Amino acid sequence: MKKISQSRMFLLLLPITMLWSCQTKDYSALVNKDIEEFRAYFTERFPEVELDDFADGVYAIDDNAREQWLAMEDFPPYSIAVEEGQALFENSFSNGKTYTDCFPEGGAVRHNYPYFDEQRNMVVTLEMAINECRSANGEPPLEYKKGDIAKISSYMAYISRGKPVEVKVSSQGAYEAYLKGKEFFYAKRGQLNMSCAGCHMRYSGRRLRSEVISPALGHPVHFPVFRLKWGEIGTLQRRYAGCNRNIGAKPLAIQGEEYRNLEFFQTVMSNGMHFNGPASRK
Amino acid sequence: MMHIYMIAAAVFFLFPSSLVADEPGEEQIELGRKVSFDSMKGNCLACHMMPGGEQPGNFGPPLIQMKARFPERSVLRRQIWDATEKNPKSIMPPFGKHGILSEEEVDAVVDYMYAL
Ligand code: HEC
Ligand code: HEC
Repeated sequence: MKKISQSRMFLLLLPITMLWSCQTKDYSALVNKDIEEFRAYFTERFPEVELDDFADGVYAIDDNAREQWLAMEDFPPYSIAVEEGQALFENSFSNGKTYTDCFPEGGAVRHNYPYFDEQRNMVVTLEMAINECRSANGEPPLEYKKGDIAKISSYMAYISRGKPVEVKVSSQGAYEAYLKGKEFFYAKRGQLNMSCAGCHMRYSGRRLRSEVISPALGHPVHFPVFRLKWGEIGTLQRRYAGCNRNIGAKPLAIQGEEYRNLEFFQTVMSNGMHFNGPASRK
Repeated sequence: MMHIYMIAAAVFFLFPSSLVADEPGEEQIELGRKVSFDSMKGNCLACHMMPGGEQPGNFGPPLIQMKARFPERSVLRRQIWDATEKNPKSIMPPFGKHGILSEEEVDAVVDYMYAL
């Protein structure tokens, strides 16, 4: 009796296992379906906003705030960071090399990040690549949230403006990293029991006290950001850490796996938009 | 005589709160008001319009006429204790369940709500 049921089991499972091993999944098709749904959510919620304009965050949906913001753009507060970033970028390391030895096109490569590194089986962000360039040239790493790294990243974003967002998810490993980022985005966390999606999807456009909530679509596209509240330039993951703290969740490492996967997911969702960083925000 | 005791006991077990709860005092309502407005505690104003609060958020409905809308005290208390019980997707923090507010603070907030 036992024997029969086991062999039956095997016969039943055989075609399934065969299918499993022969089939290579079409990861980009799976991801494209998600992108379509994600985008549709926001274009239905804000029908008057063009896809690329979502890069302006809350200023794409709040006319009042937009006017003040546009006025600020006459003398954008991030421009000093871009200049300083350029100087840092062009400065040679003590071995005589510069960042251009790591980054092609004079550093106009913002749009190549984040990407999934198949060899290392992990997501690599621009800030991470900047620090890896430094250590490859015998320089100490920079602190990740702000300061020089945000300035260099701002300069690279600035000279990459207008380049399309085209993050690829074309392997099992990349898809898993993507799924982890996606799960992070939708999962409730922290003492306040909130998810990123809760505020930046379901309540986007609504007010939390006096703050209008930005749509999540295009979040990574305009970073780094000069934030008036910070009084300086900061990276996307610095902002992640802020929102994460506000919901009473346990702090996570900047450029740790969770935030890199989250950035990967959010940037994939912005595919088809165009990089326009750095930007200024309240 | 026996009868009256039995009725009283039955009433007590059926509606314990109707015998125990007095009208909350001013102090209790003031505590509830403080907890509700404190941005490190209730922070209700972040999401709800409330009488006396400026620049309210609008995630949730205005907190007004609570007596008419929540005739059942336990229903209101449960909404504040754990909003996800009624709506699992609710973005309203589960104040009691997650220990953001103590039992006493939740009671005070409920009393304050009924004073609105
Ligand atoms: C309680 C609501 C709330 C939650 C939950 C929340 N945020 Fe935010 N977030 C805000 C508010 C308010 C702002 C400032 C206004 C704006 O730009 O949306 C903001 C800003 C941001 C910005 C900057 C937007 C820009 O245009 O520069 C990013 C990026 C962001 N949040 C990401 C996240 C991520 C990722 C999560 C999940 C870990 C998250 N937020 C969770 C409320 C929230
Ligand atoms: C992060 C936003 C948020 C905060 C903070 C918040 N709420 Fe809510 N609240 C909501 C939302 C959204 C609803 C709508 C129902 C739902 O989704 O659960 C709601 C519903 C309610 C209701 C039910 C109203 C009705 O008419 O059905 C009450 C009562 C309430 N909240 C009280 C409070 C009190 C008291 C506080 C502060 C201690 C508070 N809320 C804090 C978001 C919030």
